[in-house]
Amino acid sequence: MSWPILSWIVFLPMVGALVILFINGSRHNAIRWTSLLFTIANFVLSLVLFARFEGSNSGMQFRNEPVIWIKSLGITYSLGVDGISILLVVLTPFLTAIAIASAWTAIKEKVKGFMISMLILETGMLGVFLATDLFLFYVFWEVMLVPMYFLIGIWGGPRKIYAAVKFVLFTMFGSLLMLLAVIKLYLMTSSDSGIRTTDLMAVLNIQVPPDLQIWLFLAFALAFAIKVPLFPFHTWLPDAHVEAPTAGSIILAGVLLKMGTYGFLRFCLPLFPSATAYFVPLISILALIGIIYGALVAMAQKDIKSLVAYSSVAHLGFVMLGMFALTTQGLTGSVIQMVNHGITTGALFLLVGMIYERRHTRMIADFGGVAHVMPVFAAVFLIVTLASIGLPGTNGFVGEFLILLGTFKVNPAFAAIGTFGIVLAAVYMLWMVQRVFFGQCDKEENQKLLDMNWREKLISIPILIMIFWIGIYPDTFIKKIEPSVEKMVELVKSKTVHVEAGNQNTDEWIAEQFNNDGDSTWISTGK
Amino acid sequence: MDFNWKIISPEIAVLATGLVVLIVDLFLKRGRNTVLITLSFIGIMVALGLTFNNYSFIGVSFQNIVINDPIGFYFKIIFCLGTLLTIFVSSSYVSREMKGPGEYYVLLFIATFGMMVMASSADLLTIFLGLEVMSIPLYVLAGIYRNRPRSREASMKYFLMGAFASGFLLYGIALIFGAYGTTNLLEISERLSLGGEYGGILTGAGITFLLIGLGFKVAVAPFHMWVPDVYEGSAAPVTAFMSAGPKAAGFAALFRIFTVFWPVVGENFTAVLWILAVLTMTWGNILAISQSNIKRMLAYSSIAHAGYVMIALTTGGKEGLAAGMFYLLAYTIINIGAFAVIVLFAGHREKLENIKDYAGFGVRYPFPAIALTIFMLALAGFPATAGFMGKYKIFLAAINSGFVWLAIIGIANSLVSVWYYIGVVVTMYMRPEGEKTPKAILSPSLFVAILICLFGTLQLGLFPDVWLALADIAGSHESWALIIRLLINPL
Repeated sequence: MSWPILSWIVFLPMVGALVILFINGSRHNAIRWTSLLFTIANFVLSLVLFARFEGSNSGMQFRNEPVIWIKSLGITYSLGVDGISILLVVLTPFLTAIAIASAWTAIKEKVKGFMISMLILETGMLGVFLATDLFLFYVFWEVMLVPMYFLIGIWGGPRKIYAAVKFVLFTMFGSLLMLLAVIKLYLMTSSDSGIRTTDLMAVLNIQVPPDLQIWLFLAFALAFAIKVPLFPFHTWLPDAHVEAPTAGSIILAGVLLKMGTYGFLRFCLPLFPSATAYFVPLISILALIGIIYGALVAMAQKDIKSLVAYSSVAHLGFVMLGMFALTTQGLTGSVIQMVNHGITTGALFLLVGMIYERRHTRMIADFGGVAHVMPVFAAVFLIVTLASIGLPGTNGFVGEFLILLGTFKVNPAFAAIGTFGIVLAAVYMLWMVQRVFFGQCDKEENQKLLDMNWREKLISIPILIMIFWIGIYPDTFIKKIEPSVEKMVELVKSKTVHVEAGNQNTDEWIAEQFNNDGDSTWISTGK
Repeated sequence: MDFNWKIISPEIAVLATGLVVLIVDLFLKRGRNTVLITLSFIGIMVALGLTFNNYSFIGVSFQNIVINDPIGFYFKIIFCLGTLLTIFVSSSYVSREMKGPGEYYVLLFIATFGMMVMASSADLLTIFLGLEVMSIPLYVLAGIYRNRPRSREASMKYFLMGAFASGFLLYGIALIFGAYGTTNLLEISERLSLGGEYGGILTGAGITFLLIGLGFKVAVAPFHMWVPDVYEGSAAPVTAFMSAGPKAAGFAALFRIFTVFWPVVGENFTAVLWILAVLTMTWGNILAISQSNIKRMLAYSSIAHAGYVMIALTTGGKEGLAAGMFYLLAYTIINIGAFAVIVLFAGHREKLENIKDYAGFGVRYPFPAIALTIFMLALAGFPATAGFMGKYKIFLAAINSGFVWLAIIGIANSLVSVWYYIGVVVTMYMRPEGEKTPKAILSPSLFVAILICLFGTLQLGLFPDVWLALADIAGSHESWALIIRLLINPL
């Protein structure tokens, strides 16, 4: 356990970025290969981690002894991985590698800056999934904004500036309140040991008074809900997706959105179990609205990319629905579905990017009968589409089935509405596929389209493998995540104290909030 | 009679450097600045060294009007750093644009001397003395770019407003004298700690006038009106200097005064202070959004940053004091860094000063553009930069003393500020290059300044432990108790 594999995974892309910094900016291929090799090396490292990860252990693994980072503020450097984050840690370099490969010919200008941004972004995302210190988590969470902002703003489409600034402001809006909640939790850690720290393990030991939980939950949840994005905080997503370059969209849909759902799982559920129980109806209903609304809006889209973007809103609604069912199946499905969505939606954006590179349009109306000229492409697209809808045998089925099963156990009505969402998904996805790929190939420009080249085929193969692997034999993955998920469900159930809306305690708490002069009152409320 | 020269050795070094530069300048041909710059550099390094040399003890001298303590130590470092960076930023600019007047450096040093006196004074009159010694060179510096009308206007405005503010300050001192029969902060503090009587309305009115007088200097709304015009009109390196040190000096005096009087007026003034904090932050941030001139934008941003430090002052505790000091250190480094890049981009005769002129600079000047991006992100409070650590510390102090809502207002303001700071980055990287823009002038000393600021910004953002610890020591009750004990039993 002496070799800090987690630190290596987090900072290897950063090393890659530094290496690229010293390569001459005009040597595009050298830069592309360097970044790809670093990401593949990182992926291999994450596979090693996955192989050595003990599925039976529900706690944090590979966790380093917290190193004191900023002493006077009790901030530590500590990384750890458990069943909830392990799959996301593998997914991140996997998708980054695909994204870098997809940008091989699509990005011709400022290649150096692009690749550096991608690699720093990778470090930021992995840091978010692995950090076990609240402050460290926050730093990665925010730092990751900057490269994404550049990716959208420099290499994006016509309305890139609007989309980039909107993306940054929305995310900052949520996360700044989270910062205050982090400070509050930090101040509360001194009650037991007398030492304040932002180490997550110490923070998990605090008994947060139920009324305060509501407020802190809201502060955290706003940051995560914007990232997910949960209806009605989703308005930044279509803009960012449509304007981002293909590689940016893959990362955005594949990994960035998962940071929101992951945040709920890692922080909101275990830290504020009572508040979680209290907010189950609200968040479930928002998730359901997201599912139905996302599907309906997706159906009306003329642009393939924004159709896929709105389908993300719907899919992430499923993830949230399963999570807030607070059952083992629901949570497992939720974690699996995060990965599924990363793979399938990432793949959809990748494929849309391929056809955009050839035709320079993404309008559904401009296509038709493409399957005649690009048979391989059409086949891959269809498989990914079916996976996205959740056809049995593909990965989407496993996740959605578990989520609906978990939800059905606690609330059959919610599960029924969710199922209706799947039907709608089939409608908009298949209708889009029909209009783009089938029928007569009557447009002249479409008749000259070239099918996938060897590079594009090579990128698609790992995606197809993953779609069928998770679809046919999900046990490989489920057995790694289930113990952690079970522990989480136990924890939330056991620590929940029932909170009623508008009860006297809450009012008292608000009154105290405005007149207290120290943190002692916060703690005594809970006893 | 006690004369402990060691206590004021940094001040002496700064003043002596100023005088040496003044005399040497007489014997030099016009425009030969290398000697002056070298002398200034050596002088400020000596002052910095002497400051560090004084770290280990706490003492008062000269009939209790000068004090050496961790607070003064911390602020003197801020001033020395600010002056050092300003020398780097301005050396090529002064030679180029102003035909190299040696008095520029002299004025810098005298102003720095004034700031140091302010930070290390334990007497209201010494604070006033320091303030004037600092301000008068600043009035001249604001107008030193003589062949530019706006610079002259800036100087005049600054002077008139400053004189007005000094009047308030003096009147406040007189009222305090009326209440306690002394202007010495240590004596007042001792009397209050022994349960002496509260000066009644005189104290309240006196503190109010002191707050107004110093509020002008640190640019707290509604006393900020001079800031945008003066910042815009002055030469960019002068603006860099003005926005860092003098603001910190004003806050040093405010911290000293409020630490002494907090036990008697704290309750009454909390409301005043938080209203000022909210007003300052909000006003500065909202007006900064609509600025097209980058110096004006940073002027409003500097008002907003004064508001964040006011939050620290409002909390009134040791944590707030430490947070405010750390914030000022961080702000000094980041802001001078930003101005260094602005000086670089501005080109000959400062032709480029609108944000929209920076379009395409991200490609044309990769290193300065990345540096400016980092400074802008730091000012906006992105993690891993000094600006974030500063804000974190201030919000921590606020929440810990029960000002949760004040922290929320601060956070909301931070968000607003992201909008206009990001705007600069957007222009540099994402807008197409303009047709014809004059060339930026690259000089090695500017690069050194940018590099130092960049290093400082990241160092304070990633590994701020030493500076946080020093600020905590300065803010701690122990050091205050020690000062008072010293006074009762002098060495």
